[in-house]
Amino acid sequence: MSRYEVNGHLYAAEPRPGQCLRTFLRDLEIFGVKKGCDAGDCGACTVWIEGKPFHSCLVPAFRAAGRRVTTIEGLSGDDGLHPVQKAFHDAQAFQCGFCAAGMIMTTASLSSDQKRDLPHALKGNLCRCTGYRSIADALNGKSNIEADVAGKACGASLPNPFTDDILTGKARYTMDVAMDGMLHLKVLRSPHAHARIVAIDRTTALAVPGVVTVYTWQDVPRRLYSTALHEDHLVDPDDTYMLDNVVRFVGQRVAAVVAESEGAAEAGCRALRVEYEMLPAVFDPVAAMEPGAPILHNKDILTDDGNVFCDLHGEIGDVAKGFGEADAIHEMTYSTSRVQHVHLETHGSIAWQGEDRRWHVRTSSQGPFAAQKKLCYLMGLKTRDLHVFTERVGGGFGGKQEMISEDLVLFAAMKLGRPVKWEWTREDEFVGGTTRHQMTTHVKIGARKDGTLTAMDVRVVSNTGAYGNHGSETLAAAMGSPIAAYRCENKKGAGYAVYTNMVPGGGFRGYGASQTTFAIECAIDELARILAIDPIEMRRRNIVRPGDNIESIWREPSDASFGSYGIAECLDIVERELARGNGVRKPEGEDWAEGTGVALAMLECGPPTEHRSGAEMRLLADSTYHLAVGSSEMGNGITTAHKQMAASVLGVRAGDIAIINADTDRTPYDTGTFASTGTVVAGKAVHLAAQAMREDIVAFASRHTGIDPEHCRLGGDAVVCGTRRVPLGELHAAGARIDHRFAVSRKAYLSPRTIAFNVQGVRLAVHRVTGEIRVLHSTHAADIGRPINPMQCRGQLDGAVAMGYGWALTENMVHDDGRMVNPQLRNYRIPAYADMPHTDIFFADTVDAIGPLGAKSQGECGINPVAPAVANALANATGIRFAHLPFTPDRIFAKLAEKP
Amino acid sequence: MNLDTITEVRRPASLDDVGPWRPNYAWLAGGTWLFSEPQITTDTLIDLDALGWPSLSATTEGLEIAATCRVADLHAFKGPAHWQAVPLFRDCIDAFLMSFKIWNAATIGGNIVMSLPAGAMISLTAALDGVCTLWPRDGAPRQVPVVEFVTGNHSNVLQPGELLRSIHLPSAALGKRYAMRQSSLTRLGRSAALIVGTVDGDGRNFLLTVTAATPRPIQLRFDKTPTTAELRQAIDERLPSEGYFQDVHGSAAYKQHITYYLAEQIRAELA
Repeated sequence: MSRYEVNGHLYAAEPRPGQCLRTFLRDLEIFGVKKGCDAGDCGACTVWIEGKPFHSCLVPAFRAAGRRVTTIEGLSGDDGLHPVQKAFHDAQAFQCGFCAAGMIMTTASLSSDQKRDLPHALKGNLCRCTGYRSIADALNGKSNIEADVAGKACGASLPNPFTDDILTGKARYTMDVAMDGMLHLKVLRSPHAHARIVAIDRTTALAVPGVVTVYTWQDVPRRLYSTALHEDHLVDPDDTYMLDNVVRFVGQRVAAVVAESEGAAEAGCRALRVEYEMLPAVFDPVAAMEPGAPILHNKDILTDDGNVFCDLHGEIGDVAKGFGEADAIHEMTYSTSRVQHVHLETHGSIAWQGEDRRWHVRTSSQGPFAAQKKLCYLMGLKTRDLHVFTERVGGGFGGKQEMISEDLVLFAAMKLGRPVKWEWTREDEFVGGTTRHQMTTHVKIGARKDGTLTAMDVRVVSNTGAYGNHGSETLAAAMGSPIAAYRCENKKGAGYAVYTNMVPGGGFRGYGASQTTFAIECAIDELARILAIDPIEMRRRNIVRPGDNIESIWREPSDASFGSYGIAECLDIVERELARGNGVRKPEGEDWAEGTGVALAMLECGPPTEHRSGAEMRLLADSTYHLAVGSSEMGNGITTAHKQMAASVLGVRAGDIAIINADTDRTPYDTGTFASTGTVVAGKAVHLAAQAMREDIVAFASRHTGIDPEHCRLGGDAVVCGTRRVPLGELHAAGARIDHRFAVSRKAYLSPRTIAFNVQGVRLAVHRVTGEIRVLHSTHAADIGRPINPMQCRGQLDGAVAMGYGWALTENMVHDDGRMVNPQLRNYRIPAYADMPHTDIFFADTVDAIGPLGAKSQGECGINPVAPAVANALANATGIRFAHLPFTPDRIFAKLAEKP
Repeated sequence: MNLDTITEVRRPASLDDVGPWRPNYAWLAGGTWLFSEPQITTDTLIDLDALGWPSLSATTEGLEIAATCRVADLHAFKGPAHWQAVPLFRDCIDAFLMSFKIWNAATIGGNIVMSLPAGAMISLTAALDGVCTLWPRDGAPRQVPVVEFVTGNHSNVLQPGELLRSIHLPSAALGKRYAMRQSSLTRLGRSAALIVGTVDGDGRNFLLTVTAATPRPIQLRFDKTPTTAELRQAIDERLPSEGYFQDVHGSAAYKQHITYYLAEQIRAELA
């Protein structure tokens, strides 16, 4: 046995010959060492060996033998947090927290020289949530938090309640558990874009030592379903089998191998012999709509076969007449790229049978309840026999609004009677997860001389890939708010979501609206340019306002309604900030061109389809409260916000409210945390539950004291009844004697939906020779109602804007005949510290009349105006319209080079 | 990541202990590339660290860099004052996409043997007239200039089992003035072009080394610093449009364009 010293503890252990230090440490149940990429790119696994930082995924484990290894768990001494942990605490330099351990282990090792050059020093640490702003704050010693004061919780920048656990490596993410007898599942993924499986020979695979079993399409329930998670499962098409005998994209699951180790499961996958009958493939949605194109899905006998999964059409007014009245018309085709969520924690699930004989699934999901319903359908289980839950989720962004890891582990656990785990690799995410839908948008808009829009005509073609899942809902979003944002009497649209042999599109922050926002916000700018109207003024003149019909291309009444209206203020803020400037000049030299651009985005807060949430509250004997909410926390800060909302109603500290969430056994039902619902639906349930809790306590206190409830007031840890102060503990004890339980439950449903806005301003420099873009000034104004936690709201916007810059400037999934060319983080570049400009974030001073406690959705829409603002600034700088994302220097160069 | 196909790690004290080479053997240096991708055809790693080669040996002849020298060690190297080109070590190391943490493990030899277009240690050692010492499994050691060692994207002259033992940078090259330019599609990202020019103090022996933009390093030698037109003509003669390397880190057309642009900057700086 070799000896290892980890965090001062000695271990006698022998790693497997090819084992890396990362998994060796995790085998020792040192779970603070995370995996984001397993390839040396993301830094989440950073540990120290003899005080020097290493990416432990790249270190052969045997090389650490006899040396001192320090992980996040060993960084803090007995005297509390290490200074860097303290700095991360005070700045709240994390959101989901999955990158935090590696980020801290790296920054704690930096020399003072390195700290002066963070773009270089943080090259090897990726964060997908924060946009690095709060991380920079931590390194600059800035505190972003406020005190938790009873009665003042709402509106305070309170820290994440799990901060210390996250920063010390104690917080347990999905894969951070050990279980006796655990089996490991891996899937063989299709190398072909379209093929029928003729035969699968599993003999060699079963002969691999450690392989327990192999499942193919013939072994699993043959029930069609959709991997997309929604309240109403009928909005997504049932076109998917757990395992199928037809593969429709490169990366689709072909077979699952279950083994005693991950290595054996992978070896088993490699040993499978699959005979394919190749089928013709189509990757372009326009080609897929042509007669004679290969058909992906055979529909039933009543409907025509065809690759158009969903089409939407509508017209209000008379568009032809509107264009006739226009003094200027702009018409152009825009397109957006396929990008991936890259939540640092990959997908993964563990399923087992408990001592209660029920089935349990521990997963990384944005919708454990919706997943539970789907799993019950697939496996033929009763809901009561299946428990689905999350503990801590390392980022989602829509990628986990999808049931794509839970089904196979549950199936295997039910067949084998042992715990089964499936942990995705980063490559799995790129080739087997979902992506933002690639959309091509043709826009024609016209306006009179004074800028008044007379007609809008929008045609969207969405490449939904091999399976429909979110295809129709994202298309509806694409045809919705970006068009509804502008008042115009004549609007027309046609949208098509088309099956192709590409990796499926899915839900992704911005959800279809991002793509059309890009096209329309560019088009509005072009029209303003033709008419020589200032682009902000152009928007001011045409933006929808209270009293207008909020409609895109349909006349039906809408449940979207202005609970508050802050777009005018947002436009004013961005205009003021850009005019004032930030003092950053364009680089020296004639080759740098400078330009300014703005764009706006509108969000209907919540999905147009069904969504519901419940919350339960209890008063406990020690005068604190217990709150149970079904919604998922994946770094969005929703548990902090929910505690604050409840605390403000009850007049206590947020710290007086313990919360559990996202657990089908322990919390009430929640559709899922997606579609901007965490605050406006689940938060509404919390608000109602807290009000009910207060009423229940006051009513009991009134009965207890015989004083009229009108003279009883809950304040902190007591009820003041007339002149008498009754401590909550006394009330609780009195209640217990007569079985009054101080427990309440409330449900929330979303209608009407309020409306939020975001405006992004960008000033940038672009190098005419190299095509390099430098963002000089980035400013963002958000109309999100009353911020429940301003620090968190700002963090959500930081992250959304950063993701917008990634989409605009650095990210691109490159495919060759449906096969992804760059499924590694070193080849698919999410923004690193060096890429991210600082963004000044402002809030419009609105308090919403619909959203709970005046709040509106905040985490989603910030991404939408970023790419078009960059495009508009580029056009302003160069005189050239760049209509296709992303704006990488080689693509900028190609366009500049063709300029006459 | 775990390399689960590996069944044995051998840590020989001497290469004589290795025995006959098998195709499923792999030399293990820093491991930073090996452990970044599945290596399913490999079952045995042979650890070079156990051989204990000294990292850096500076003599009047030049600098001998062991293949197992860590990037961090080269980054820390300080040569004699007349070796004007030593700061290029850091410039090239900073051009890596990899983080400084990986410098603690990754080796100079590993980067050269990977033979990727953007391998910054290829750029460095080629630009400084580096010569590789190769140890075949059988037969006498042989010497191959770095610029000839790399033959294409991810390919080189190594025979099965043959080891890159060290890279020699001659004192004459280390004494030259240099100029370096790098370009990437993202800030501090992987190189789309990494170009180095060196020249003697008297303006003679101008050497331009183009890497990253091309599948393998391309060198252009001039007796003295060329004019703009001479340089452009030499690039065109040596590098037709199809000679550039297209990948997700830059289109071939862009790399050609940027090569002209950066090469001229280098020429002007050294003129």
